[in-house]
Amino acid sequence: MDLSLLAWGDAGWGDQMARGAVVTLLVAIAAYALGIVIGAGLAAMKLSAVPPLRWFAEAYTTVVRGIPELLVIYLVFFGGGTALRAIASGMFGYEGYFDLPIFLTGTICLAISAGAYSAEVIRGAVQVVPKGQLEAATAVGMNGSQRFWRVLVPQVARFALPGLGNVWQFTLKDTSLISVIGLVEIMRQAAIAAGSTKEPFTFYLVAALLYLGLTSLSNRGFDQAERWANKGVRRA
Amino acid sequence: MDFEFLARIIPQIAAGLPTTLLLVAQSLALGFVLAVLVALMRLSANSLASGFAYGFVYVFRSTPLLVQIFLIYYGSGQFRPFLEDVGLWVFFRDAWFCAVLALTFNTAAYTSEIIRGGIQSVPRGEIEAGRAVGMSALQLFRRVTFPIAIRQALPAYGNEVILMVKASSLASTITILEITGIAKTIIASTFRPVEVFIVAGALYLAINFCVTQAIRLAERRLAARSSVSGKKPVRRSEQIAVAR
Repeated sequence: MDLSLLAWGDAGWGDQMARGAVVTLLVAIAAYALGIVIGAGLAAMKLSAVPPLRWFAEAYTTVVRGIPELLVIYLVFFGGGTALRAIASGMFGYEGYFDLPIFLTGTICLAISAGAYSAEVIRGAVQVVPKGQLEAATAVGMNGSQRFWRVLVPQVARFALPGLGNVWQFTLKDTSLISVIGLVEIMRQAAIAAGSTKEPFTFYLVAALLYLGLTSLSNRGFDQAERWANKGVRRA
Repeated sequence: MDFEFLARIIPQIAAGLPTTLLLVAQSLALGFVLAVLVALMRLSANSLASGFAYGFVYVFRSTPLLVQIFLIYYGSGQFRPFLEDVGLWVFFRDAWFCAVLALTFNTAAYTSEIIRGGIQSVPRGEIEAGRAVGMSALQLFRRVTFPIAIRQALPAYGNEVILMVKASSLASTITILEITGIAKTIIASTFRPVEVFIVAGALYLAINFCVTQAIRLAERRLAARSSVSGKKPVRRSEQIAVAR
């Protein structure tokens, strides 16, 4: 193993790998944020009184959680480009060839599954909030949005935090799958470096260590967030 | 939707079903044995063993499976002369071996935590009772601790099996043509992702449905003989009443 390959600048791959880690982190954050929005929407549908909304949300979570992420990525990557080109030529008369921007495609792919998993987490958290508190809020004259922002959201966020921490863990790890469609994150960068230096073990090991560092750091972050969120809670 | 195309690709993609199932079955079987060992190491009083088990679980759960697969399959190439010398290259040049190895380690790391949780949930009284009637350590584990632990761990293990079915799709990245590998090949040559996705997705959903049902059945059968599941044991008189 030749560690000088990891030098910074033109001589080595250190800075490229670091840049890959930044891209990994960015795509994970974007997908996670979008995933929670999707998850909150699906959770609201699951808890709604309108049967078709409930059916849709149940079907979505069942299908997405039962199908490999890789398959979803291929569908969005190949299908999204085709659909967009059809729209471009049909509506705007644009006949050229173009692809979806990969960062956006990757974000959407990961958000699709993050959304399905966080929907279950958020729904569970909403159901734990005692009904009496919402009734009390109504009794003191809060309107719908006040009840939502002042009573429901703070508690749901606290109850959902451990589950959402898990969702972050695997969203971060699943970003490695986006390398198959060519986004230059940690995995893709490692593959490029491995190909040009003929030292695959060195670079995949570096990739593994980068992921290890990112998950360990974010684990600590979530632990701290949980401690902060539970500050005012009485322990039995 | 082109139904003629759909009908043509169903047998093509379904041909990958045995490959997927074999990959999952081999990795789960090997991974389960390894997981029991790791869980016992983790719970042992020997701090070297428990530290090693902790490290193994931590590393494999904190890195993506794809890295693990690439590290074993492509990474081993860097040590080819050495591996050839010791006669191990025949294994590491084989994509199937590498995929099973990576999946085995990966599932062992997750499963060992599930088993550890199960073992820790075994009521103290049961173990003391086993000791009191003079069981040896091995008998105690085989007849008391392990059966109760497995019963506790079963629902979580069912989830792990489903995750493994999904994870097996990553074997396609190192040339193995299981369901996802075949699906990708067809998509890349026909540019019709929707139909392919429907067929391949339906296959995975069918597998996972069977897994869920099997686990549910196993849970019910194990629970029927149990008196520790929280339910009171059925009294003789009540049994007769039900039989009538």
